[in-house]
Amino acid sequence: MVENTQVQVGEHGHQEHPVSLYLKIWVLLFILSGFSYMVDFMHLEGWLRWSLILLFMSLKAGLIISVFMHMMWERMALICAILIPPLALTLFIGIMAIESNYTFFSRLMFFTGS
Amino acid sequence: MQSNDLIQNKKTLEPPQGISGFVADWSGDKEAFHVPWGKAMMWIFLLSDTFVFSCFLIGYMVVRMSAVEPWPNTSEVFALEIGGQHIPMVLIAIMTFILITSSGTMAMAVNYGYRKDKIKAAILMLITALLGLSFVGMQAFEWSKLISEGVRPWENPFGAVQFGSVFFMVTGFHGLHVSIGVIYLFTVAIKILKGHYEKSGNYEIVEITGLYWHFVDLVWVFIFALFYLW
Repeated sequence: MVENTQVQVGEHGHQEHPVSLYLKIWVLLFILSGFSYMVDFMHLEGWLRWSLILLFMSLKAGLIISVFMHMMWERMALICAILIPPLALTLFIGIMAIESNYTFFSRLMFFTGS
Repeated sequence: MQSNDLIQNKKTLEPPQGISGFVADWSGDKEAFHVPWGKAMMWIFLLSDTFVFSCFLIGYMVVRMSAVEPWPNTSEVFALEIGGQHIPMVLIAIMTFILITSSGTMAMAVNYGYRKDKIKAAILMLITALLGLSFVGMQAFEWSKLISEGVRPWENPFGAVQFGSVFFMVTGFHGLHVSIGVIYLFTVAIKILKGHYEKSGNYEIVEITGLYWHFVDLVWVFIFALFYLW
């Protein structure tokens, strides 16, 4: 059973994958988590730290969604229905970042050091 | 001739009104997703949960960006003394590895669910649940450590007060999800072992439970990166 590398599609579009695939992804997630922990352990600072954290985070999230949650084997209709709506969050993050900058500025200007 | 009949038939067939019309319009042969309905509904639930957690994380971004007092150094706050050695963030790292391992065992349980190998699927689900339980245990330890050091939702001895509220909100809500997932996993695994799905031979529930569990792991990936490491 483990040896069969061909993906078999069952009666309801179920796929069977070799267990080795999950083990490989699992090892990869372990390594990526190790890397993100090392970012903290090595005391990396500034843009390097933030970009590495975000890079490892995105890679891990992508692996979990596409392989463990089987998203890469789903039909396009389901993929779009689930993955496109969260893109609206980027706008939300953007406007809230502008708002928090403004709050920070007003706090510094009017509420501290009096 | 026959197609003419059909057109004729269509004209005379009035669509149902009222509640049955509502049901007919929303359901009648308009299947969009070619997956079992339970799986589609779990995906839609997870999408809504994505927005809930996003609101928490965006709220965290807002209070952190606008905090005037310095944000505590999480690397030091979550450090532990083990065998006389000071290791930063060690418990969080162990929790991360445990959750990833549980995701791996869950993925294999789903795989055996596809093959209708019910004993292996149930055992792997029980292992997943136990790993989840140990995660919740470590979180309880972390909470009691921070509480004993004086961190509260409204105060924080290490710097910005907002740190306390964000910590308890975000990790608390995630821990609640893990706890519910553990109960869910135990329930489904026991039902499988009791032969509840024997008659139908339908083990889709394993995959649906797996989706929920992987989502819990997915949320932790974001919390680990944005709250603990940032």
